[in-house]
Amino acid sequence: MIDGALLSMRGIDKRFAGIPALRQASLEVRPGEVHALIGQNGAGKSTLIKVLTGYHRRDAGEVTYLGRPLEANSPQQAQASGISTIYQEINLVPLRSVTENICLGREKRRFGLLDWRAMHQEAERLLSSFRVKLDVRRPLMDFSTATQQMVAIARAIGFSARLVIMDEPTSSLDEQEVGVLFDVIRQLKTNGVSVIFVSHKLDELYEVCDRVTIMRDGSTVCSANMTEITKLELVSQMLGRDVSKVAGHATAFSRSATDGEGDVVLVAESLAAGQAVRDVSFRLRRGEIASFAGLLGAGRTETARVVFGADRPRAGSMSLGARPFAPAHPRDAIDAGLGFVTEDRKMEGIVPDMSVAENMTLALLPRISRNGVVDEKRQREVVKRFIKELGIKCSGPAQKIRELSGGNQQKVLLARWLAMNPDVLILDEPTRGIDVGAKGEIQRLIRSLSDSGLTVLMISSELEEVVEGADRVFVLREGRTVAELSGEEITEERILAAMAQGHVAHHDQEAAQ
Amino acid sequence: MNRAQYARLVGTYGVLIALAALILFGWWRYDNFLSAFNVTTVVRYNAMFALIALGMCFVIMTGGIDLSVGSTAALGSVAAAMASHYGMAAGIGGGVGAGLLVGFVNGLLVTRANIMPFIATLSTLLAASGAALLLSKQTSVPISPTSGFMLVGHGMLWIIPVPAAIAIIAYLLGAILLNYTSTGRTVLAIGGGEDASRLMGLPVARVTFLVYLASGGLAGMAGVLLAALGFAGQPTEGVGWELFAIAAVVVGGTLLTGGSGSVLTTLAGVLLLGILFNVLNFENGKGWISLSAAWQSVVRGLFLLAVVLLQARLTRQHTRSA
Repeated sequence: MIDGALLSMRGIDKRFAGIPALRQASLEVRPGEVHALIGQNGAGKSTLIKVLTGYHRRDAGEVTYLGRPLEANSPQQAQASGISTIYQEINLVPLRSVTENICLGREKRRFGLLDWRAMHQEAERLLSSFRVKLDVRRPLMDFSTATQQMVAIARAIGFSARLVIMDEPTSSLDEQEVGVLFDVIRQLKTNGVSVIFVSHKLDELYEVCDRVTIMRDGSTVCSANMTEITKLELVSQMLGRDVSKVAGHATAFSRSATDGEGDVVLVAESLAAGQAVRDVSFRLRRGEIASFAGLLGAGRTETARVVFGADRPRAGSMSLGARPFAPAHPRDAIDAGLGFVTEDRKMEGIVPDMSVAENMTLALLPRISRNGVVDEKRQREVVKRFIKELGIKCSGPAQKIRELSGGNQQKVLLARWLAMNPDVLILDEPTRGIDVGAKGEIQRLIRSLSDSGLTVLMISSELEEVVEGADRVFVLREGRTVAELSGEEITEERILAAMAQGHVAHHDQEAAQ
Repeated sequence: MNRAQYARLVGTYGVLIALAALILFGWWRYDNFLSAFNVTTVVRYNAMFALIALGMCFVIMTGGIDLSVGSTAALGSVAAAMASHYGMAAGIGGGVGAGLLVGFVNGLLVTRANIMPFIATLSTLLAASGAALLLSKQTSVPISPTSGFMLVGHGMLWIIPVPAAIAIIAYLLGAILLNYTSTGRTVLAIGGGEDASRLMGLPVARVTFLVYLASGGLAGMAGVLLAALGFAGQPTEGVGWELFAIAAVVVGGTLLTGGSGSVLTTLAGVLLLGILFNVLNFENGKGWISLSAAWQSVVRGLFLLAVVLLQARLTRQHTRSA
């Protein structure tokens, strides 16, 4: 342990149901510093933080805090020792008043009973230090997300914390609010409080952080002073890509044989939705695989949801074919010939206890039914055809889908949409959680589908998949398309540069405009 | 006052307005409605339900449910009747003790064994009912005629029947607990978001346990009143009381999903449903209509539905305008 470290976590292991989430992870925070903790989705940041705050129990490793071993078995104990956490999804109680949300756990009392007046005053005082003024008696849910975030921070600070952990605190704030938050962080720093700052917005890190720890696949890969590490290095460490080396062919993808430009199928102009999508434009051409590349939180999935009608855009327009396209509901998008294989197979995709056949034809049922009765003959035909065409390994159409491997489950989902005969298929992380062999099969399948005229929009966090598979890449950064690359322009280096800096070396900037 | 605040106010105090309206209606329509006899009878009888609803109110505010209160009251009444032969205090202690025991088990099942409250308390409903039958040998158990135990049910404190006085004290303590102690606020926080409360460092398990313990104790006390009022422990009473209590809590504006509620309006909910019953009886007495007990139940059901629908409407409007 370095002399004078406030917190030192070393050799932390954590397994969930046998699957390692943390492997020898480490983190060291000095007094009065703002320490950035970054990494891709699933890198283990949140797990590490929850181990620190006692929400999860570690399997191995040691934690030293203020020079002594820390054995926090619950968030209460962590809080009592001066570690406060502001979680990504605001973990307060919306139904209760602002005062209660700030003061619960360290109430002010008078004659043994709660002193509401003093508590209201305390809440107001804490909030006013961030220039927030509101009626603290009203329920938290009456206020905007940004305000709720401030309440969460006020709560953390009210516990006279030595260490405040902020898990993506800016993801729901606008620029001005972020400014206020950074003032608060600087204020904390001058008071000697340390902050662990988790964020995917690299610019922010340089603005407010002193040091950074980068995690990947459950391990800590590097710690550095912010002044000594470039954005490009940050991104390449996060993704585990060595910028100087060009990797060999790592996927089963091959570039499209027909390099010619197909007709434009889907156009999106300046889409904006929620906080995550600010200004996204792209054009998809028939029979190509287009890809959204970007860091977590860049707005890739959120954009796909808008295209699919799951979320409404607040600005911008789309057209499909030559006609304006404004789906109000996924049903509209499906009717217009779109399909969407979601990222989270288990939550949004499969119905585990249903059979392969049922899972495959769920979306198709209205089309193969007459008066509400499923035409079982047609259903059987469809199922048989796709099991054969996609090479789905199962004992038969009646097998429960939960018994299939991840790769075969994914194929069933692909079949579900292909059976609808779509023009455009959106694939969100199509190979996540699938073993290597099956990955290759899926990738070949995607390519052959696009060769036969299907337009594919693929979102992938695996850079080699994007580089080797896509005919066209749109790089998203903080909700904006910052680069469009096609053909030979698609290189790891360029994508990384666009992810990090928001622009590519040369003419690509114009393409993104 | 903006629309949201107005809606919230109606949501909270709507039950009080309805209660006042119902009382005024009864006073205007029936001669003896506000007579001392009728009033004391109504409050004496409904005190049992009030105690059960108070416990239920706290349980529901944590987002849970306690289905065992009815049979716990039956068990409490048997235990109280048997213990009453050792004196009034023993009788009360026996009934409350039996209730606390059931509550203790409920609390353990919910917080330690992590069993869903619905299932956990359904199990203890059956178990407590069985225990009451076993203890009583399946027949009603007479209370001691000499120990003064019957005064718990039939005595008067100045002009207030003892059961009503007990309920009033319980509600005052409940209101103070809810509004002026950290335990009370934690109850609401748990119902508003259990995981969030845990992450906020609140003692979720301890408070949840206490809430079930208290609900059991209050149901036991209701059993004491039942025994004292009926001069006997009644092992087969209490069927459906939990549903009456839930209805009263919901009519009182407490969210069934937890996180928001009030003790005072729960009492109003109990009185509203109790007095509605009383009004229907008076109406039968007038001879214009003749509603059987079955029809009265239907009317009460419709009334409950109307109140809940109204509340849902108001809550929706409020969230939309917020």
